[in-house]
This record gives sequence, C-alpha cells and structure tokens, in this order.
Amino acid sequence: MAQTTIATTVGHIEPDDAHADHGDTTVFGFWVYLMTDCILFGTLFATFAVMRTSFAGGPTGKQLFEIPGVAYETAALLLSSITYGFAMLCAYQQKVGLVRFWLVVTFVLGLCFLTIEVREFAGLVAEGAGPDRSAFLSIFFTLVGTHGLHVTCGLIWMAVLLSQTLGKSSLSSTAIKRLSCLSLFWHFLDIVWICVFSFVYLASVM
Amino acid sequence: MFGRLSLSAIPFDQPIIMGAGAMMALSVISVLGVLTYFRLWKWLWREWLTTVDHKKLGVMYIIVAFVMLLRGFADALMMRSQLAIAYHGNPGYLPPHHYDQVFTAHGVIMIFFMAMTFMIGLMNVVVPLQIGARDVAFPFLNSVSFWMTAVSALLVNLSLVLGDFAATGWLAYPPLSELHYSPSVGVDYYIWALQISGLGTLLTGVNFFTTIVKMRAPGMTFMKMPIFTWTCLCTNVLILAAFPVLTVTLALLALDRYLGMHFFTNDGGGNAMLYITLIWTWGHPEVYILILPAFGIFSEVIATFSRKPLFGYKTMVYATCSIMGLSFVVWLHHFFTMGSGADVNAFFGIMTMIIAIPTGVKLFNWLFTMYGGRIEFTVPVLWTIGFMVTFTIGGMTGVILAIPGADFLLHNSLFLIAHFHNVIIGGVLFGYLAGFNYWFPKMFGFKLNETWGKRSFWFWLTGFYVAFMPLYVLGFLGMTRRLNHYDNPAWHPWLLIAAGGAALIACGIGCQLMQLFVSIRDRDLAENRDLAGDPWDGRTLEWATSSPPAFYNFAVTPHPNSIDPFVRMKSNGTAHLRPARYNGIHMPHNTPAGLFVGGFSAVMGFALIWHIWWLAVFGVVCGIGTVIVRSFNPAIDYILPAADVARIEAQFAALREQDAQLKAAE
Repeated sequence: MAQTTIATTVGHIEPDDAHADHGDTTVFGFWVYLMTDCILFGTLFATFAVMRTSFAGGPTGKQLFEIPGVAYETAALLLSSITYGFAMLCAYQQKVGLVRFWLVVTFVLGLCFLTIEVREFAGLVAEGAGPDRSAFLSIFFTLVGTHGLHVTCGLIWMAVLLSQTLGKSSLSSTAIKRLSCLSLFWHFLDIVWICVFSFVYLASVM
Repeated sequence: MFGRLSLSAIPFDQPIIMGAGAMMALSVISVLGVLTYFRLWKWLWREWLTTVDHKKLGVMYIIVAFVMLLRGFADALMMRSQLAIAYHGNPGYLPPHHYDQVFTAHGVIMIFFMAMTFMIGLMNVVVPLQIGARDVAFPFLNSVSFWMTAVSALLVNLSLVLGDFAATGWLAYPPLSELHYSPSVGVDYYIWALQISGLGTLLTGVNFFTTIVKMRAPGMTFMKMPIFTWTCLCTNVLILAAFPVLTVTLALLALDRYLGMHFFTNDGGGNAMLYITLIWTWGHPEVYILILPAFGIFSEVIATFSRKPLFGYKTMVYATCSIMGLSFVVWLHHFFTMGSGADVNAFFGIMTMIIAIPTGVKLFNWLFTMYGGRIEFTVPVLWTIGFMVTFTIGGMTGVILAIPGADFLLHNSLFLIAHFHNVIIGGVLFGYLAGFNYWFPKMFGFKLNETWGKRSFWFWLTGFYVAFMPLYVLGFLGMTRRLNHYDNPAWHPWLLIAAGGAALIACGIGCQLMQLFVSIRDRDLAENRDLAGDPWDGRTLEWATSSPPAFYNFAVTPHPNSIDPFVRMKSNGTAHLRPARYNGIHMPHNTPAGLFVGGFSAVMGFALIWHIWWLAVFGVVCGIGTVIVRSFNPAIDYILPAADVARIEAQFAALREQDAQLKAAE
C-alpha cells in the first residue's frame, strides 16, 4: 500500500509552472467583484424601497420624471451593450481595427447616456428638486448617480483600453482579458440600469 | 485653500492629548532614526514597502495590528481608570467630550485595525501556503489592500492631534452622527478611515476568495482543504457579501453630512433606523468574519498538538458553513428595542439561538480531538483551552441576550459590553494570539519564547475574568454603557475590580512584548531555530516549506491527496522529494504602485475630512492614475531562473540536514 503511494506520488514530481495562465483566474476574480457591486446596488435599491414615498412635502416622482428622455437614455445604454458585444466578437477574431471602431461607437453611446443623465439632474436641481429636498430625492440622486459614476468609470477604462490598442496589429492575451472584464462590467451596468428604469422611473410614474 | 484646517485644529490646551501626541511623534521619530542610522531605507523600500509577497504583506498587517492593539488598549485603560475614580462628585480626569472620543476610538481601532488587520495578516501568511499556491491570485491588489488598511489606521491616529475623532460610539449612529449634532471633523475621520480600509478589505475578500477557489494545488478538493483555509473561505464570502453594505451605509451618511441629503436626518423624510438596520446588516456578519478564522486556528492548533487528525472534519466544515449562512439572518437582535413587534423579534431571537448549535458542534469536535490525544501544553494550546472555557461562557450570555424579553432589560447595559468582550477577547483575540504563536516560526524562522508566552497567557486569562465578570454584575445593577461618571455607591467596588483586571491585562501585554524581545534576542540559539521548517510536527502543507518560506513558496507544486497531507507525506517518505531538475518559476515583480495608491487614498481621505476640495480631486486623480500608468507597463512579472530555484532549494535541504544531525545528536 505504502509502496504504491510512493510510486504514484513520485510519478507526480515533475517540474511545472502552476501560474502560467492567469486569464481565467482574472475573469473569475472580476466576476466575484461584480457580485459585490451587485450587493452595493441591492442595498441602494432597498434604501429606495424604504424611501420611495418620503417626499417630505416635496415633489413626487410622478411630477418630476419625464419618461421619453429616460427612454432615449435607456436606448443608448442598451445599444452600447450590443456594440460592445460586437467589439468582443472582433477581438476574438483579432480584427483590431474593428475592435477600435466598435469601442468608439460604444464610448459615444455611453457618453450620450451620461449627457442625458447629467441634463436631467441639472434640470431637477434647477427646479428646486435637488438631492437635499427630500429623502426620496436623496436616494433617487444617489442610486441613479452611483450608476452614472460606474458608467463614467467604465468610459475611462474604455478610453484606456482603446489607447492600449493603438499601433497594435494584434491583441495580446492580456488585452483580451482586460476587454473581457470591461465587457462583464459594461453588461452588468446595463442590467442594473434595467432595474433602475423599471423600479425607479416606471414604478414612480405608474 | 486649506478648507477647515488651521492651527487651531491642534488642541494645545489638552495636556493628555498633547502628551499622547508627543509620545506618538517620539516613537515615529525614533523608528525613522533607527532606519537612518542603520542605513535600512533601501532595504525597507526593496524588501517591504514595494513587496507583493503575501507573506511579507501578512507580516506587515500583523505589525499594524500589534501597534493598534497597544493604541486601543491604552484607550481601554483610560476608560477603566476614569470609571474607577469618577464617582460621587469626582468628575475624573477625562471630560465627557474627550471620554466619548476615547470609547469610540477604542471600538473602531480594536475591531477594524486590530482584529480585522490581525486576521487578514494571518490569512495572508498562511492560506496560500496551506493550499500549495505560489502566491495569491492578485499579488498587486494584495499590496493595494494592505496600504489602504495601513493609511486608514494612520488617519484614525492623526485625529488624535489634528481635530478630533467621532464622539458617537463605534458605529456612529445617526442622528447623533449627523452634521447638526456632530459638526466637527470627528465623524468625517470615522467615515473616510472606514471607507478606505473597508475598500481594502473588500479587495482582500475578492483576492482570497479567488485564490482559494482557483489556486489550490491539484488534488486538494474542497473537502480536503485544511480547516483554517475553510474558515477563511467562509470569512471571505462574508466579506464579499457584507462589506458593500458598509460602503453604502457610510456613503449615505457622508452624503447627509456633505451634500445636505436626508437619509438619516430627523427632517426631510430621513429615517435614522434605516442606518441602524443597514449598519448591522454588515455588523453582524462582521463578528463572524472575525471569529471564523479564529475557529480555524484553534482547529489547526488542537489537531497538531494532540497529534491526531481533527475529530469530525466534515461536521466542522458544515458547522462553519451554517454559521456563515445564519450570520445573515440575525442582525436585528442588535436592536430588539426598536419595536419591530413580537413576531419579528421572535424570529431573530430564535435564529440567534440556533447559531449556538453549530458552535456547540465545533466545541465538541475540539474536545473529542483532545480526547485520547498526546496533548502538549504549548502556548497555542493554552490559548485554545482558555478560549474553549471563556467562549462557552460568552456564548451562553449571548443566548440570554437573544431572548427579546431579557434583551429589553439588558440592552445597552454593561451586561452587553461584558458579553461581546467575552466572545471577542475570549474568542477572536485568543485565537489570533494562538495563531501568532503557532505560525511565528513559519514567518521568521525561530520560535517564540514559551515561558513569557505562558506568563502572558495567564495574565490575559485572569485579567480578562477580573475585568469583565464585574461588568456582568454591573449590567444587572442597571449600569448602562458609555457613562462618564456616576453616583451609585453599589457600582463603585465592581468598577474598581474591573480596573484591576485591566491592570492584569496590561501585565499580559507587557509579557507579550517581553516575549518578542526575548525571542528575537535568543533567535540563534539551537533550541529556538526552526531549521527544517516544521517545528511542531505539523499536518498541513505550510510546514513543508522552509521557515521563512522561499518567496515562491513551493519549488514544485505539491499534489496533496488527503486531509492533513503533510502527515502522509512524512509517513511515506515523500516529504521534501527533490526533482532531478527544477523549472523556472513565474513570479510578479515588486512594485511601489500599491504604496502610491494607498498614499493617494490617504490624501483624498484627509482632504475630504478637512474640506480641501482641490486636494481631494488631486488624490483621486493620482490614485486612479497610478493604476492606469501601471496597466501600461508590460514588465510586471518575470521568470525566476531554474538555477536560482535549485540553489535556494539546496540551501533548504542543507538546513534540513543540519537539523537532522542536531536531532540525532540529542
């Protein structure tokens, strides 16, 4: 018994390199991070659920929200997820030029989304419905603003990755790994936005 | 230009604070002096400040934890001595506003910067070794985590001399912590120190969860993982699930204070109870984040020194996992008195009591491991036995508090204080000190002095009982927590006894420092050196490496295929087998980027505390910029040549040979 154990164990003793491939681990780790982000948004949604009627005599969501503008915003973000998907497909095929093209399109769509959001916020503040008006508006600005902050980070990240593809004719495994992580992040923000659109905007005006 | 910051922020008129500040400045200056005198700056920079090695980061975490233990304990001594004299018209020597800061700082420092830091330090040192990995999944992220924790500890201590600290209690309940009632920088120090260190901890959670799930040596299935690694896995799951809630809660409080929002204010539709429920949604899992790894340490220690496999490995794993799950459905027991109604209170009371079941399973597992074992009463074993007795008492008073009706009487009384110190000192701290004594040789290559370790243990144990048993009595006598002075003659003798207990614990800490001093002085004596890397006849893979381990941990990836793999490897002669030739090893380069990210986040935190907005923007931009710049650097790793591996392994083999000769000579 002991003899066979030794034999098999000795058979295993071979030089090796356990750390050769990191890409898989990185994407997994990023996925884990996204789950913590999910809990972060979940906490904000829970707070919204508690405070959705705490108007403190101020304006309600029904009075404030203009759904058409939000619909454009939503369209821009959802479309940007599709275009990012195209960028990833091209990345797997090593078509670097097309990757750049789709990343730029995604970036522009993300920027559109942010612009509409900032205009909405500015309009609300100008109307006297800023985040310090009531608990409802505090959580509205915080929840939507946190998502907006994530989109901003996503755009900065996208710009960095875009600049790292410049002058390259092919994508390294590191570059693909980074694009995959941003891809996860970008689609995740899309899912969060769908919840924002449904539970914050639609539920408030219905 | 400098926001709220001016020279008047330094409390020159407070002799106690200025004295403490002078002490801190003196110790910092003397450390800097020693470094300069011995020309150690280059060494410090190359070997420590820029390191991404999990073992060195772990050691640095533990150093921070020890320093913070001293600071937090100084706060405790001040509180106990204040209450010993502030009786019957005597105001004591700590005015209320200062006293309030002292008990807040004590709680914050002990939980976040002593216990969390100590736990993450031990986890850093041990987990990659136990699973046969060469490092954690993301070594650079690991250094970022450490520096974020370290600079947050710095921020908290800075508040001593610059401005003030929160005077709100360690969880900063609103509306007291709102701008209206706490207009000074104290709560802002609290918020930003915890936000930065909390982010560091969250990143640690991501890192170690990924490491344990993805980087175990081939053959080590989940049900063959060492128990300490199991408990760390569960702790990291809790970190991942709980710390985002802390981040949100503190962010909402910050928004109230900085942008005039109305989450927890009395007006504008705010709801202070929302804060209480959110902070405890994080806070209750937090105590299990602290205790689970301690349970893991006790399991390792008791199996090793009983010379037996752990009794009931599987039940230990299941118990750990069920505690992990249950920890999320008990948070309301911290505020039964909120008035959620009988049904809700009953649910949370019952869930709380249920946690005693898996914990009881663990206790019996440890007892049955000892039963029939050849127990050696080393220092780690003493801590373990001290824990088993003390923690059982603390657990039972916890079950009393879990009865909502009893809680209405005992809520916020000293009974509660006695209870949680009973489980946190008797469980968490005893555990980490056991782990520190147990793994110290692995970290540094020599053993800690047993005599001073035992003295320290006995002072700590008796000191704990003398200091905290009176607090149970005081709770029944109706004394509430956080009192600055009192008139009740029935309380006075008990508070005097408690102060005596604190003095005994001070002796315990003194013995610990002495233990370190003596051990470092005698490190080269033959009986103290750990040449072969296995001083306790260990059972798990960390003992298969040299002490301290080579920076790549394992020259050849081990293939553990049983629980306690190193026992089997030693018995069948396959421990330390050396291959005919080594391969090069893929390793990450050291980098100062983690230090920079930590430094810039401290700049950001400091600027936000003092409303220096341009500096805050500078800190954020530079912190993010550091990470971006690093992402453009392709040379973040290298291959360690096979010849170097062979040379280092030959040295280790020679040390083992020397050890064998010494043992034979005995």
